[in-house]
Parts: sequence; C-alpha cells; structure tokens
Amino acid sequence: MSEASIRLDQVSKWYAGASAPAVEELSMEMPAGQVTALVGPSGCGKTTILKMINRIIEPTSGRIEVGGRDIQGLDPHALRRGIGYVIQQVGLFPHRTVDENIATVPKLLGWDRRRTERRIEELIEMVGLEPEMGNRYPGELSGGQQQRVGVARALAADPPVLLMDEPFAAVDPIVRVRLQDELRSLQAQLQKTIVFVTHDIDEAIKLGDQVAILDVGGVLRQYGRPEEVLREPANAFVEEFLGKERGLRRLSLIAVRDVSLEDGPTVSADAGPAEAREVMAREGVDWVAIVRNGELRGWVWESELESGRKVGDLSVRPFLVRVSADSTLREALDAIVTSHNQVAVVYDGDRYAGMLTLSRISENLVP
Amino acid sequence: MDLLADVLAWFFDPDNWQGTAGIPNRMVEHVRLSALATLLAAALAVPSGVLLGHSGRGGLLAVSVVNIGRAIPSFAVIALALPFSIRMGLGIGFWPTFLALVLLALPPIFTNSFTAVRSVAAEVVEAARGMGMREREVLLGIELPLGAPLILTGVRVASVQVVATATLGALVGWGGLGRYIIDGFSVQDNVRVFAGALLVAGLAILTDVLFNVTERVLFAAGRRRVRRAPAEAGTSALNVRG
Repeated sequence: MSEASIRLDQVSKWYAGASAPAVEELSMEMPAGQVTALVGPSGCGKTTILKMINRIIEPTSGRIEVGGRDIQGLDPHALRRGIGYVIQQVGLFPHRTVDENIATVPKLLGWDRRRTERRIEELIEMVGLEPEMGNRYPGELSGGQQQRVGVARALAADPPVLLMDEPFAAVDPIVRVRLQDELRSLQAQLQKTIVFVTHDIDEAIKLGDQVAILDVGGVLRQYGRPEEVLREPANAFVEEFLGKERGLRRLSLIAVRDVSLEDGPTVSADAGPAEAREVMAREGVDWVAIVRNGELRGWVWESELESGRKVGDLSVRPFLVRVSADSTLREALDAIVTSHNQVAVVYDGDRYAGMLTLSRISENLVP
Repeated sequence: MDLLADVLAWFFDPDNWQGTAGIPNRMVEHVRLSALATLLAAALAVPSGVLLGHSGRGGLLAVSVVNIGRAIPSFAVIALALPFSIRMGLGIGFWPTFLALVLLALPPIFTNSFTAVRSVAAEVVEAARGMGMREREVLLGIELPLGAPLILTGVRVASVQVVATATLGALVGWGGLGRYIIDGFSVQDNVRVFAGALLVAGLAILTDVLFNVTERVLFAAGRRRVRRAPAEAGTSALNVRG
C-alpha cells in the first residue's frame, strides 16, 4: 500500500437511535501522499469519517477503499496496524515507557528487537525528542512532548496512511504552532497519506493540501485546495465558515518569493538630494532608502537631506523589520503595518531582494 | 484495670500457646480458612469482574446483584447452610463458614475488578484498539495492568472483612480465633473473650498492613511514573497525565 489513496463511495453512518445520519452518502477521494484536512463545526461527522477509515466505527452503508482495497474485506486489526492513528488526548500507555509506547505496533507485527530498537531511535530523533526520554513514562512528559511521542508511535511501523484526530487541540497555542510546523516538515520528507481532522480552519488551511469543509450530517460543502476554497467559496455555508478574515487567510498561503517585488523609494548612495527628492515625490513618501552595490544601507527622512552632500554620506536609520523570501504575505503584511516606512524589506537569505508595499499585497488578493 | 492485667496474664500463660486450643493452632486455622475463602472469591470475582468491565455490557446489573450479597448477614448464610452441609455429609463448621466468607468476599473484589477496568482512560483504550490490538491484547496488556492496583485494593478490603468475620465459624463448631470469644462467652470468661477479640483485630490489621506493603512494592514503579514532570518552558503542564 505504498500508494495509498483513500476512497469513500456513498458512505453513510446512522448511529443507533439517531434521527439523522452522522454522515450521509459521502463520496470523496483523499489522494496518496497528501494531507487532506477535514474541517467543520461539531456534529459535521468529521471524526466519524476518520474512524470509519480504520474501522473503529463501521459504516452503515457504502464502501471505503484504502490503497485500492475494500477495507470491509480486511481483518480490522491487520488494517489498523497498517494505519497510523493519532488522537487528541494522545492516549499514551501510562504504564509503559516512551520507548515501549513507540514499539507498540512493531511488537504487534512481530519485529525483532534489533529492528524495533533501531526504529525507535530513528523516530525519537525524527519527532524532536531527546534520546534519553525513551526511558521515561508518559506522566513525566509535557503535553507537547506527549503528542510528539504519539506521532512517533503512529509512525513506528512506517504506515502509508496516518489518521489524525484533532491531534494538537489540547496543547497551548505556542506549542501547537510548533507541532504544526514540525508536522509540515515531517510530511515533506515522509509523504504519507494523512487525513487530518480539525475544527480550526486556520489549521486546516495551514496543513491541508486539500481542505474538505463539512456541514452537519456529514455533508461535503466544498472540497479543494485551500487557496481555491478561500478564493472562491462554493456557497454561503463555506463563506460563513471561513469567516470575515478570508483575505488575510489567503495571504498566509502565498509566499513572498512568489510575488514580484518592488524597488520602492530607493536611490543609490551616489545620488544627491535632488534625485532623492524626485524619487520621494514619485513614490509619494517622505523618506528614501539608500542602496550601495545592491546592499541596503538604511533610510533617511526627507528633512535630513543636506544640499551638496550625497545621500550615501548621511547617517542613516536601519530598517528594523526584515522579511524572509520564505515567509508568507501575511507575515509581510504584519511587517508593513508595524514599520515606520510601511514597506516590508525582503531578504533572500542574506541578500537584499526588494520591497513589498500594501498595494502590491492587495494586488495579489484582487487580481 | 484488672481486665487488662488479666488479659496480659492470659497471653503470658504458656498453656494458651499449646495444643489444639492454643493460639498458634487457632491462628493457623483462622488464617487458612480466611485465605482459602478470599482466594476462591478472587478466583471467581476477578475474571468475571474484569471481563464484564472490558465488555461494558450488563456490568452494572452484575454489580447490583453482587452487592445484594452485602445485605445478607454472614451469620444468616451460616445458619442456612448448616442443614445442607449436614445433609450432604460435609459436617458442621468448615463448609458453612467457608461459604459465608466467600459470599462476603465476592462483592468488594467483583466491584473493584469491574471498576478497575472501566476506569482505565477511554483514550488509552481507544489508542490501543486504533493501533490494531486485539481485544485480548487490550485486556491483558492495557486494562489489567492499569487496573491492577484497584483490583488488589478490592482483595485487601475483602480479606480484612473475611478475617474479622471468620470468627463466626466458632458458632457452628469450627475452630479459629473465634473460639476464644464464643467459648469464653459461654463460660462468662471475659478475659478470654477480650483476648480473642484482640487477636482477631490484630490479625485483621496485620492483613491490611501486609496488603498495603505488597501494593507498595508491586506498584512502586507506577507511583514513580505519575510523578509530575518539571514544566517545560512554553508548553502546557495541563495535559500531563497522572
């Protein structure tokens, strides 16, 4: 199952005694090697959908395929051993050490000790834990560390599919962002088929290659790449769910690198005050940046210009906020609104690359 | 007080330490009957409680039924069992008492075994199943070890009650430490009654202490496990289990 896409075909789930289905005739495909984020309000069936994929919950009708195989025809235990499972409360075994927890599935699969130990070592490093933590018990770890162990445990037997049920919802916001970033870089190497359930639209947008927006009763309201969903919400439900900050959310999907930068109000160090004033007038600002040999020296106010002196000889103010070419437009926007100059100074590594202004950013939202 | 001095003297009387009616023999009888009754009750109640706790079905009903047992006085059980025991040729004494003590020990052991398994955190069991453990593996590898302290507590509570109640055996001709109380009462020998009561109480306390020590030794590692982690900067300690 190395190319394990997941297909749901007309899947419904009625819970006993419920008057409405939790999921109704849902068909969708979660592509192999990508992250599909299931997001929606509570009662939208997102967790039910997830748990039907590893048969913790059995569908009432319909067909689910993992890696092209109908899971109803598989032994559920064997199926689950081939699918990593991470839940919100982590569910580490409190009576077993971190190492033993990670070794759970390898042990069930009958791996020999050497192979298991080597794998544990690898995973502990992969999820960013210290090797000596292997001998600790879960009760001795912080929430963030526990979830790292949870992820390592799910990855232990290198399953092609990973199911994650609000895995970062119980940790505090700072740790959550760190864990999200780590998952993203982990996924860049591992390329698992990940189904990620969350109620947080920002998390879905940040982590999902696809975002599935679900309504109560397991109704799929929109399914597409995050930028598509944000640019063109398919209906009022999606629009409302995305919230009022749709534009800002889209900015977080665009890299500064992918936008053409501007020169901004910039003059070379050799320029005199007249040339500097001309640039300021053209750009409609009262300051000017000074570049020497492609390097950004700093900036001066118009009032600081001295007749007869080259701008390069003036004492300049440094740009305090820099933005990397790898950051998102949302971060660039933040830099703009917190700087005196109302521009984001972009660096590609150590090299000055250009400037971004508010109008250039909004051009990317409203083409 | 005269009584206390007399009781002390009774304990120092070498006659009371010899023969069938001596303290060592009565103690052995008492301990043997109590231990056998507790063991049989545990053999019945632990597996059934654990299995019902695991399946989660009909468990509460079973707990209620077993708990009715608590309402039946042990003495009544002995009295009711006595004629059957005689008719079946099992004699008086041992079997009626044994039956009453087993019935007495069942409820706490069963209830605790059931609760021990039920109270294992739901997410831990879900994670175990989600990783592909079979039901037997979930029960033996996760629920049983995590529930063990509570199960042992059930056995401890039961055995203390059994030790105290085994005294009743003397009423139907069985031995044990109850003899001092019953025989002493029938000849109005308060010193013997008091000494017997002290012995029974002492044995019950000793039983409790021994179980506590056992628990501590067995689950010492467990106690260390739930020690609070030093809070890591920037991470939440709220989620730390234990």
